[in-house]
Amino acid sequence: MCGIVGLYLKNPALEPSLGRHLSAMLASLGDRGPDSAGFAIYRDPVPEGAVKLTLFHSDEDYDWAELTRAMAASLGVEIKGTPRASHFVLIAATATETARRWIALHRPDVRIMGIGQTIELYKEKGLPAEVVRRFKLDGFSGSHALGHTRMATESAVTTQHSHPFSTGLDLCLVHNGSLSNHNRLRQWLNRRGVEFQTDNDTEVAAGYFTYRLSQGASLAEALEAGLVDLDGFYTFAIGTRDGFAVLRDSIACKPAVLAETDDWVAMASEYRAIAHLPGADSAAIWEPAPATVYSWTKH
Amino acid sequence: MPRSTKRPANPARSAGDSAGLSASAGFPPAVIAEIQRAAREGLYEIRGLGAKRHLPTFDDLLLLGASISRYPLEGYREKCATDVVIGARFARKPIELKIPITIAGMSFGALSANAKEALGRAASEMGTSTTTGDGGMTEEERRASDILVYQVLPSRYGLNPDDLRRCDAIEVVVGQGAKPGGGGMLLGLKVTERVAAMRTLPVGIDQRSACRHPDWTGPDDLEIKIRELREITDWEKPIYVKVGATRVKYDVALAVKSGADAIVVDGMQGGTGATQDVFIEHVGIPTLPAVRQAVESLQELDMHRKVQLIVSGGIRSGADVAKALALGADAVAIGTAALIALNCNAPLFDADYAKLGTAPGYCHHCQTGRCPVGVATQDPVLEARLDPALAAKRVRNYLTTMVLEAQTLARACGKSHLLNLEPEDLVALTVEAAAMAGVPLAGTNWIPGR
Amino acid sequence: MIEIDLDEVDVRAINDRLHKLPPDTNERLWRIVNPKGAHALAVGLDRPIEIEIAGHVGYYCAGMNKAATITIKGHAGPGLAENIVSGTVRVSGNASQSAAASGRGGLVVIQGDASSRCGISMKGVDIVVGGSVGHMSAFMAQAGHLVVCGDAGPHLGDSIYEAAIFVRGKVASLGSDCIEKELTQKHRTKLSQLLESANIDADVAEFRRYGSARKLYNFKVDHAAQY
Repeated sequence: MCGIVGLYLKNPALEPSLGRHLSAMLASLGDRGPDSAGFAIYRDPVPEGAVKLTLFHSDEDYDWAELTRAMAASLGVEIKGTPRASHFVLIAATATETARRWIALHRPDVRIMGIGQTIELYKEKGLPAEVVRRFKLDGFSGSHALGHTRMATESAVTTQHSHPFSTGLDLCLVHNGSLSNHNRLRQWLNRRGVEFQTDNDTEVAAGYFTYRLSQGASLAEALEAGLVDLDGFYTFAIGTRDGFAVLRDSIACKPAVLAETDDWVAMASEYRAIAHLPGADSAAIWEPAPATVYSWTKH
Repeated sequence: MPRSTKRPANPARSAGDSAGLSASAGFPPAVIAEIQRAAREGLYEIRGLGAKRHLPTFDDLLLLGASISRYPLEGYREKCATDVVIGARFARKPIELKIPITIAGMSFGALSANAKEALGRAASEMGTSTTTGDGGMTEEERRASDILVYQVLPSRYGLNPDDLRRCDAIEVVVGQGAKPGGGGMLLGLKVTERVAAMRTLPVGIDQRSACRHPDWTGPDDLEIKIRELREITDWEKPIYVKVGATRVKYDVALAVKSGADAIVVDGMQGGTGATQDVFIEHVGIPTLPAVRQAVESLQELDMHRKVQLIVSGGIRSGADVAKALALGADAVAIGTAALIALNCNAPLFDADYAKLGTAPGYCHHCQTGRCPVGVATQDPVLEARLDPALAAKRVRNYLTTMVLEAQTLARACGKSHLLNLEPEDLVALTVEAAAMAGVPLAGTNWIPGR
Repeated sequence: MIEIDLDEVDVRAINDRLHKLPPDTNERLWRIVNPKGAHALAVGLDRPIEIEIAGHVGYYCAGMNKAATITIKGHAGPGLAENIVSGTVRVSGNASQSAAASGRGGLVVIQGDASSRCGISMKGVDIVVGGSVGHMSAFMAQAGHLVVCGDAGPHLGDSIYEAAIFVRGKVASLGSDCIEKELTQKHRTKLSQLLESANIDADVAEFRRYGSARKLYNFKVDHAAQY
């Protein structure tokens, strides 16, 4: 069980302060998610033909510089990157699959947390207030972001078990709730070529949506299919390249609050997390209805 | 020549076979009778008490007494203390118990007022607590019981802030061992005027109950609920969280993270006043593995002895108490055993047992409201058969016996306090018990699975 | 009027102060500002005082209220006035799920909408909602009245006991054992009183009444499908 937050900026003038606002949102939901925290932030798009990966290695002194050099030499393309605590944001001037395959083949112990044109995905064990400090989230700018504070229900407290889970290019998922049929679903997805790193139920949901999308479904169709195939209690927030979506199961026991002003749309498990956003006092506030897809996207 | 009338050997042979009958292990007479009952009635069987099937229990564990390497304490002179404090994590007024045996939550409604009063009196004499149940607090119990734990259940029957303020501890019930995932059940005959009034129900109906709390689901929202209960009671009272034993490791960790002061884990042997037989017998895990898992979970969070663990479900004697404490529990709770001390299944009024289709020693018919000894009934004639003063004395004697038994065993293990018993004082008689309790098979170093 | 700023003091401090008021207190008018979604605000009160809360509150505001009158100028999170015993709680905006859950008495007025499970397990409270209610409202409702001026979501009154539900708008679907019943004069009078106490102007004749069919009061195989 957990806290989830999402912030989507309608007004570009607020982009420099995205990280600061998200940071405060996550810290305020530390009580309902003390084990670990994570966030996906959409920023600094890379040019066409390049790809951005957020990488993680459990060794704090991992030699990212060496990886960068080796990858550049091996692929013969420009590779550059920025370390951020235990993570590394790598930009490769090559196709997505080329970059992904190189990492998998040559650095199998490096985890790819997020991949796409704009997404950066960070997650770690520890109290949310500490996690955001470690990644210096306050200083991030961006167009939109999702975050999560975790109270582990059935799987372990590790970096990899934390949310968000990346479900595909510039896609990510955060979840508040507890699925009840994820074990069989995991095997069903395994047989269809989806691989998992953990025994976490949310990772299964993320893999499920990726699978549906890879089969040609739109995001809305994938989410609608999830209402049928995923059993249990959930509020999901899904991050996409251009926006985000929110979905609650039909029983809708887990909380969800949406708020909107002219400048932003926010989503959180508790209003507390939204209360301090600029203009929150006069924001439209409502709850998403059960079994209904809500989405926002830039045009 | 006469043909042989001998039948081939049947591996399922049993008592009936002496008459030349051939029993089936999968479809013995009891199962056949149940299928026939279901065919007649079209509804599951509902009954009281806990799991009756054979399970690995504390009987499969033994204590290692004194030896040349470990010395016993003298009885009487050399103290073996029994006190325990519950709920000091956040509460301003933790519960101080003189003995580590409490009376588990049982409702007025399931039990008679006389039964609740007797339990309260006995507990007060022994310096321990009783617990309300799925119907709220009665005046009798508050008066009789010096330390009263007040349950907050999914049904919220009778729940009110005045009783919350005058209880000594609060127990948020997520589930119980007899039916983890099920709500309370009370059949019509027991929903008398008084019971109905307390529960805000029409008289005589079969009470349906919610299985989830109405205003929170999940440990993240439980955290906020616990905070609310603390705010209402000015952070004074310890808050327990009770679960039926299923995914114990996770549940205990989540209860800790939700802010519980103490955790109550009720194994599948735990009783009930009424629920579906299939629920009792086929859901949940036995108390034996539940204790070990709960303690491990607390240890992993460095919360053992900081958040207290109370264990229930089939605790019967001082030996069970000693073994539960040795595995790491801080206290135990008794339900069924306390009722038996009251007179449940006593060989009195045999004809009335027979009318229910049972006999003393076999009765689990709490759900009928026709308890022959006045414990689990609302019928005034039957209830009058239970004298609260005499019944209180019986329970007090029984509690005293359990404490003396536990002290005897603890002293034999060289312990000056019951809580100094540890897993290394235990060995197991069976492979299952060794694996479940995490102690070696007697005479070996082997703990299966480690 | 005593004003408390939750930017200056925390919820524990204000609850403590309110709990310590003597029965005959003359500190009867309170205003709390900057609640910013705080949880468990003004819970367990037991004094005939009036509190206005200027802003949105989190979970369980006015939980287990006795005697006090609490007005929230904003929206309320889950479990508003849960288990209320007496007194009045008003919300100018919307209330999240489980509003007035297991409430035993008193009055809860929600001028906006009230989300799912409004009046779940209610045991005598009167709830008046100016807007609509979500699914599973009045689930296992035992006693009291739920008045909905807008619409009701699916499974209204599922497994209802003796509470009465009045809805003016559309009912998406009725729950197990919940049926429409006649709106008699007795009910019109009661409904009229409730609307008036909520300061809502509405024509009683436009409402329909719902309550228990009482078929689930004793276990019977023929109704097994309803479980």
